[in-house]
Amino acid sequence: MNINQYTNGQTWSLILLRIFIGWHFLYEGIIKLYNPGWTAKGYLLSAQGPFRDVFIWLASDDMILPIDMLNIVVLTAVGLLLILGMYTRISALAGMGLLLLYYLSHPAFPGLPQGPAEGSYWLINKNLIEMMALFVLYHFPTSHIFGLNMLFNKRSEASTITSQPLQS
Amino acid sequence: MSEEKNQNSGWSRRDMLKGLGGIPIVGSVWWAGATYAGELKREKQSILETLNINASPPPPTGDMSGDPLRIGIIGFGGRGKDLCRASGFATEAWLTRMKAALDTNPNDTRLKDFMAQEDLNVKMTAVCDVFDVHAEEALTSFSKEGNRIRRYRTFEELLNSGQVDAVIIATPDHWHAPIAIAAAEAGVHVYVEKPMTHNIAETYALREAIERSGIVFSVGHQHRQTQSFLTAQDVIKKNILGHVSLIQVNTNRNDDNGAWQYDIHEKASPQTIDWDLFIGNAPSVPFNKEHFFRWRKWWAYGSGLSGDLMTHDYDRINCVLQMGIPKSVVASGGIYTHRDGRNVPDVMQVNMDFPDFSTGSSQAPGKEQGMTLVYSATLGNQFDRTSLLMGHDASMELGNRLTIYADARSTRYAEMLEAKKMDPDVPIYQYDPAADGVDAVTSATAKYFANKGLLWTYRDGKRVDSTFLHIREWLSCIRNGGTPSCGIKEGFEEAITAHMGGLSYKLGRRIDWDGEKIKPIEGYDLDEVLLANVERLV
Repeated sequence: MNINQYTNGQTWSLILLRIFIGWHFLYEGIIKLYNPGWTAKGYLLSAQGPFRDVFIWLASDDMILPIDMLNIVVLTAVGLLLILGMYTRISALAGMGLLLLYYLSHPAFPGLPQGPAEGSYWLINKNLIEMMALFVLYHFPTSHIFGLNMLFNKRSEASTITSQPLQS
Repeated sequence: MSEEKNQNSGWSRRDMLKGLGGIPIVGSVWWAGATYAGELKREKQSILETLNINASPPPPTGDMSGDPLRIGIIGFGGRGKDLCRASGFATEAWLTRMKAALDTNPNDTRLKDFMAQEDLNVKMTAVCDVFDVHAEEALTSFSKEGNRIRRYRTFEELLNSGQVDAVIIATPDHWHAPIAIAAAEAGVHVYVEKPMTHNIAETYALREAIERSGIVFSVGHQHRQTQSFLTAQDVIKKNILGHVSLIQVNTNRNDDNGAWQYDIHEKASPQTIDWDLFIGNAPSVPFNKEHFFRWRKWWAYGSGLSGDLMTHDYDRINCVLQMGIPKSVVASGGIYTHRDGRNVPDVMQVNMDFPDFSTGSSQAPGKEQGMTLVYSATLGNQFDRTSLLMGHDASMELGNRLTIYADARSTRYAEMLEAKKMDPDVPIYQYDPAADGVDAVTSATAKYFANKGLLWTYRDGKRVDSTFLHIREWLSCIRNGGTPSCGIKEGFEEAITAHMGGLSYKLGRRIDWDGEKIKPIEGYDLDEVLLANVERLV
């Protein structure tokens, strides 16, 4: 499907979805960035499910610093890029990867303790839903309509146009 | 719009809006996040500055170099084995068991912790146990290159052998004081399990013997090494809680092991157990395996909840507050959950009153004074009740973790509460050294002990066996001088308080302390009451 065939409603709902998810990622990243005491250690140590041991290993003294750093960087970068509208497809994939890790550390499998959650989930939880929303954004990019990508596209179009006389 | 296009770039104003529209959104979210995080940090900082609690670790005990100290173990049952392990000597059976445990659970760090334990430069040279199987286990496990161990039939032979510099006493309670006194007289250093004594007269006799002898004497309240309790001392010193009027400490256990229903060894017989030596000064009864292995169930050899478990809780609080012996004690309870022939209660409440004591005050001088310590125990339920110190300004939960909540009606924190900088439902301080570790706790009783800081504590984020630290402190005092944190003064206070609890239970009345001695009660010899092998006298 060509993006130019979207209705206005379809286009703007995709753009808003992109900004909302970017907003969420960026805020999560910034809160952690400005709180030096923050660490994912407790979250990782409370991991459940088949990959529990891996996450507990990630919480070990040797691993936790780079893991915390990586989490903050990915959250902030994905948030920034989604909102600004640049490299949104790769950002969507990176965001999906992070959300999948969150999901796998505390999967909504029946029989596993769910920890503090504001709702009730069976297999599908909000991390998975946000991940799927990023998958939609991956397939339906909008940064050439709203975002820095659009300016770059325009500039390359403009440079193509202005350069035409020179070429001819 | 197209006519507004910048001829150089080909961008219209509308293009610019669509292209750069994300930037103000990023700016807003970034600003909101940074502002909120900064606010949280400032609030936390201002509370921490107000409290100024110092959670720094205690100074390390001295070095262990020099000639090895020669240690004898008297009483090589369950606790005796623990104490030997803390000294660096594990039995073959334990090592095998731990290897198997590690195979089934890779998170079980007990073997690794033991192997990594510092070498205390001691030799285990002597063992005395009335049960052949126990004594032989020590001989086979600890006879190795660089260590020769010998069995002695009686503690007198062991103490006078000239082969020991120090002894660890982990016998039933009725043997603690007689052996410790004999050791003091022989000039041998003593580490004795709690309760320090089994009756009142020997509590005074032991204190006198220790003071006269000059040996290094330590009572086995290993939680004194627990980091959170040292932090709690600072909390009290800085009057964070205000006047503490009530403290509750508890025992909740609900399993056979926790109710002293230990296994009876298959090889136990009059041929393998020196029964007369086990009985000692207790009332003479025919050979009885249950009395031997489950001695904690009878007043004749053990001290019931008040001596066995309340002593831990009392000493934990005494370590933090140094409030000493209560002015009066009232106890009640019964045998409600294990009616199996035992005569010590399995449900017990002991109220200890300290009318002249105060932890400090934030109100008008003289308004606040006096405190009650309530020990509440059942061996029929294991709901985890926290130890709680209740002050006018704040409440403190005390275990391996330490959590402080401001009181909604506090005087000291009134302004911060009013300004919503403190919330009575959110801890104003939390100290959790265990946040750095994953613990493998293997049984309900182990969990009960771990929560009280009795199994392990943390140093520099690493889990350390608190019994190891306690033994190390004792050995360091022997080598380098100094006084153990739970010495004869603390042991005396612990033992007298336990005996007041036992007496009150047995007599069904209040027991008073006049500052020097337990007030006599007409018509009773208090030591006879305490030792009488019956549930109650009244």
